[in-house]
Amino acid sequence: MTGTIPLQYFLIISTLMFFSGIFGFLTRKNLITMLMSIELILNSVNINFVAFNRYLYPDNLHGHFFTLIVIAVAAAEAAVAIAIIINIYRNFRSIEVDKVDEMKF
Amino acid sequence: MTDYTYTLLIPLIPLALFLFTGLTGHKFKPVVSGLIGTTGLFVVTILSYMTAIRYFWTDHVEGMGYTSLKAFETTWIHFSDKLTVNLGVLIDPISVMMLIVVSTVSFMVHIYSLGYMKGEVGFARFFSFLSLFTFSMMGLVLATNIFQMYIFWELVGVSSFLLIGFYYTKPSAVSASKKAFIVTRFADLGFLIGILMLSFMTDTFDFQTLVSPTGPAITQVGGAAFLGLSGITWALILVFMGGAGKSAMFPLHIWLPDAMEGPTPVSALIHAATMVVAGVYLVARLFPVYSLAAPDALHVVAWVGGFSSLFAAIIACTQTDIKRVLAYSTMSQIGYMMLALGVSGYGGHDGLGFMAGNFHLFTHAMFKALLFLGAGAIIHAVHSNDMKDMGGLRKYMPITHITFLIACLTIAGIPFLSGFFSKDEILTAAFHHNMPLFIIEFAVAGLTAFYMFRLYFSIFWGKETHYHHTPHEAPATMTIPLLILAFGSIFAGYLPFHELVTSDGMPFEAHIEYAVAIPSVLIGLLGIAIATIMYRKQTEIPQRLATGFGYFYNWAYHKFYMDEVYLFVTKKIIFNYISRPVAWFDRHIVDGFMNLIARVIERSAYLIKGFQSGRIQQYGFVFVSGTIALVIIFIYLW
Amino acid sequence: MNILTLFVLIPVLTTLAIGFTKNMKQTRLVSAVGMSIQLILAAILVFMYLGERNAGNTAEMLFTYDALWFPSLNIHYAIGVDGISVAMILLTAIVVFAGIFASWNMDFLSREFFISLILLATGVFGFFISIDLFTMFLFYEVAVIPMYLLIGIWGSGPKEYSAMKLTLMLMGGSALLMVGLLGIYFYSAPSGGQLTWNLLEISKITIPIEMQRFLFPFTFIGFGILGALFPFHTWSPDGHASAPTAVSMLHAGVLMKLGGYGAFRVAIFLMPEAAQEQAWIFLLLTSISVVYGAFGAIWQKDLKYINAYSSVSHCGLVLFAVLMMNQTAFNGAILQMISHGLMTALFFALIGMIYGRTHTRMINEMGGLMKVMPFLGVVYVIAGLASLGLPGLSGFVAEMTIFFGAFQHTDSFHRILTIMAISSIVITAVYILRVVGILLLGPIKDDHYLHLEDAKWHERLSTVTLVIAIAAIGIAPLWLSDMINVSLGPIVDKISITGFQFVSLF
Repeated sequence: MTGTIPLQYFLIISTLMFFSGIFGFLTRKNLITMLMSIELILNSVNINFVAFNRYLYPDNLHGHFFTLIVIAVAAAEAAVAIAIIINIYRNFRSIEVDKVDEMKF
Repeated sequence: MTDYTYTLLIPLIPLALFLFTGLTGHKFKPVVSGLIGTTGLFVVTILSYMTAIRYFWTDHVEGMGYTSLKAFETTWIHFSDKLTVNLGVLIDPISVMMLIVVSTVSFMVHIYSLGYMKGEVGFARFFSFLSLFTFSMMGLVLATNIFQMYIFWELVGVSSFLLIGFYYTKPSAVSASKKAFIVTRFADLGFLIGILMLSFMTDTFDFQTLVSPTGPAITQVGGAAFLGLSGITWALILVFMGGAGKSAMFPLHIWLPDAMEGPTPVSALIHAATMVVAGVYLVARLFPVYSLAAPDALHVVAWVGGFSSLFAAIIACTQTDIKRVLAYSTMSQIGYMMLALGVSGYGGHDGLGFMAGNFHLFTHAMFKALLFLGAGAIIHAVHSNDMKDMGGLRKYMPITHITFLIACLTIAGIPFLSGFFSKDEILTAAFHHNMPLFIIEFAVAGLTAFYMFRLYFSIFWGKETHYHHTPHEAPATMTIPLLILAFGSIFAGYLPFHELVTSDGMPFEAHIEYAVAIPSVLIGLLGIAIATIMYRKQTEIPQRLATGFGYFYNWAYHKFYMDEVYLFVTKKIIFNYISRPVAWFDRHIVDGFMNLIARVIERSAYLIKGFQSGRIQQYGFVFVSGTIALVIIFIYLW
Repeated sequence: MNILTLFVLIPVLTTLAIGFTKNMKQTRLVSAVGMSIQLILAAILVFMYLGERNAGNTAEMLFTYDALWFPSLNIHYAIGVDGISVAMILLTAIVVFAGIFASWNMDFLSREFFISLILLATGVFGFFISIDLFTMFLFYEVAVIPMYLLIGIWGSGPKEYSAMKLTLMLMGGSALLMVGLLGIYFYSAPSGGQLTWNLLEISKITIPIEMQRFLFPFTFIGFGILGALFPFHTWSPDGHASAPTAVSMLHAGVLMKLGGYGAFRVAIFLMPEAAQEQAWIFLLLTSISVVYGAFGAIWQKDLKYINAYSSVSHCGLVLFAVLMMNQTAFNGAILQMISHGLMTALFFALIGMIYGRTHTRMINEMGGLMKVMPFLGVVYVIAGLASLGLPGLSGFVAEMTIFFGAFQHTDSFHRILTIMAISSIVITAVYILRVVGILLLGPIKDDHYLHLEDAKWHERLSTVTLVIAIAAIGIAPLWLSDMINVSLGPIVDKISITGFQFVSLF
């Protein structure tokens, strides 16, 4: 199986995902979409972890563990983030990120 | 050598009295403090007379000179390996003479004050201040070294400050006390620098070492010349500046007339008889140094003295406040003493001026204290200082009248009274050593007689003013000191000063020189005669003369505008042109600079605070671009 | 236990005990007890010290104790005292004692107030006993930082501004100082071996002259800022004006002395060669301080500002004397620190008491107070006379010693500056008498002042303690000056003056 798909393929996919995530995070105004972009970034990292683990240290499972932790944390984070977004919506009547700029100076 | 250790009590008793009445005075009836103070002073007076009799007569070996001896000495502080300040008691002819002067006048003033200050608020305070003054003055007189003298010099200054400002709720008294302190303080600045220089050159403060003709001050006249005068000359001129300040010599005299704001007994004690002659005493103390090492400084002393005596005598002729007349008269007489010291040489008959200066100091203390106390009795009776409010008082106050007349005759130099002898010696000394100064003094003798009798006639003769209540003779506590001092004024002149107080301790022959004495008596009589014509009955002459002299009269009346000059210097220059800009500079420039730094930091914070926009996407963008930049740098550029 | 450690321990224990008190009465009682013990301890220390010296102990520092504290930087808890520090400790104990009684009625957050105050005192005591530069610096910071809270919380007027200014400027000083101290540390073993912070050990070596030239200004200015060196003195008027009474007392009385003491003990002592080279710059600055502070004081209308400027002038004299670099002048500098500490504390105590009654510090709004509060009035006059250098009070002794020390330099540069400094005694007389005249004498300005009370017992205790100390030094200065002189010996030997040679004037 090792010979079938080269590592670069995974990396290309994950890079694409990562930068679309970054792009989405920096450009989308909606907090929910931004959250989704963050998930994209996280998942691109997950792909890297798994892929590197498989190609570099096939006998170990550290990469998999990290991925699992990231998924768990991402779930928790999503829950917290959405709770925050709801609160922001209640306070600002909007989830536009530009409106939420009280934390300055 | 006999034991004089007990003389330590002479300053210490007044100190104890000061502390005692100062701390506990308010607990007793006022009169108790007064009586305690007077009793203490009585003891001091006894001790002083005892010392004098022992020193001058009992312990003295006939034919030998008088030497100075230290009755007591203790270390006060070490300044360096060489310079040590001691506190002690020095007994020598002039200090013993001053002991008599200070204790006598102080004791008289204490008795007098029991009557004069009766019922005043702060009676106990007054006596405690008097004790403080007596303590300081005794310490000054008995100082074994110049630094001890400076210590007590300052203490005398502060007691004078406290006593002038005794009526502290009266603004004029407050400002007069302030003025007296600051002017003398300014003079003391010179004194201090003089001491610094002197001690630097000679490595000693000790009077015995300083004045010894073989001592370092006289033999090692070191130090580079500055402006043509040697270091020691400058030092002594600066020391004299201190003396001139305390003794109210021109141009540092301006505090003395204002000091008359103090209670009259204080004027008699401090500003007539004792403290103001401290300057003369200082010069006399250092006389061998002046005479042998720095004759130029002695010339300065002579001319300042001569000028001041003339200057003050002219002003005294125009003043109407009786205490001010007496104040200027004091200044004039002290000028005499300074001049006497200034024209004197060292040793033998050359030292006539030295003897005469001290002699005059002694007699002057008696008659000037008498004049002031008499003036106090008059003020006590008529409640005014102005001679325009007086006249014809001889009927109401016979004792005061007689004693005042004696004092006036004494100061005018009428033969057989003490003033005649001392003044005559001064004039003789000046006649032999410095003709221009003799002429000045000769004129001043006439002026003195004139203004004193102007005063006398305006008070006791002239037109009788309508008094609100009939003036009455002062109580016995006040008249007894007058009588005692009158006795002193008459007979003090018969003391053989030329045997006792001389420049080198050795007696010499002195006699009345008729070539000087007769003209001086005549000019005195002339002055009295003119005053009699002008003021015995009320006449138009004074007014006419005043207008006749016009500008000059006005100048003299306004004391030659010296006060205005000083006010200009202090108020305008120091306050407005130095202090105010300094305060402004400090608040706006120096502090402004500090605030500016804070401002700059604050401003730059404003400039960069835009980065903290609160927009999460902006932060993300900066973060990401930063990361990318770092990555690029680390991968490609490192 | 080493007696010196007690000086740090007792204040710390006192602050802990204050933590358990329930109300103001208990708090002040605990503080008073703690600081009285401290005062007694200081007196015992003086006697123990003199006893040791009389017994022939000639060690440079007595009662030394050394414990390694932070090995990798060789920081020690090293303590020891000589006559100079003993004198300063005694001063501090007296001023703190008086300060506690002067703030007897502090009812706003009294526990926190007394804790901060005593913490400040801890820092000062620690500073004076330390001979390890780092520990010294540490205690210095301990002393400076509570100041911010004390002024910011319990102050008056623009207190936040003043507190901020004071703290920032002093912190700036600390920053310079830290550079200097680190520099000294890294050059403390020029010939190799263990680097050290220990003052005595460093004094045995010579720091390379190039480094001295660089480090001396940092150290001197660092301490100088605390010692109100012109032009870094402007924290002082604002800080003092806003600070509560006891804090002004402690700050002007002892904290500013840290500056003078440090400048002398660290900057001059460890880097004498650079000090001699650069002294002229700082001499100019300090003589400006002396005259300028005095002139500045003449124009002020706020009592505390007057006193703050007067402190600038007097503390300028301390640094001036330190820079004259001979034994007499050093002795004068120490005496002046003590004397100024006592009298300025007395001044601030009195100003606080007067302010507590009249609710104004503007002299032109007051007048004739002598009549209504004779006790405070008389003590104010005594403080004033001490300040203008009346013999018999401490100021005179100190100033004269300084002048005689300064006059030993024969070149015209030093002579002129000395005469300038001496002339300040006249200016001092002007502003002191002006204040006394306006504030205490004359008719009473305002009728409601007629009902003011004179001093209470705790105020009397506070002021009388200080007056006694001032008079004791003024009347019998010999023991103190000898105690200092003996300890100055080794320092002067190290410095071994060469001095400048300008054209001789006299």
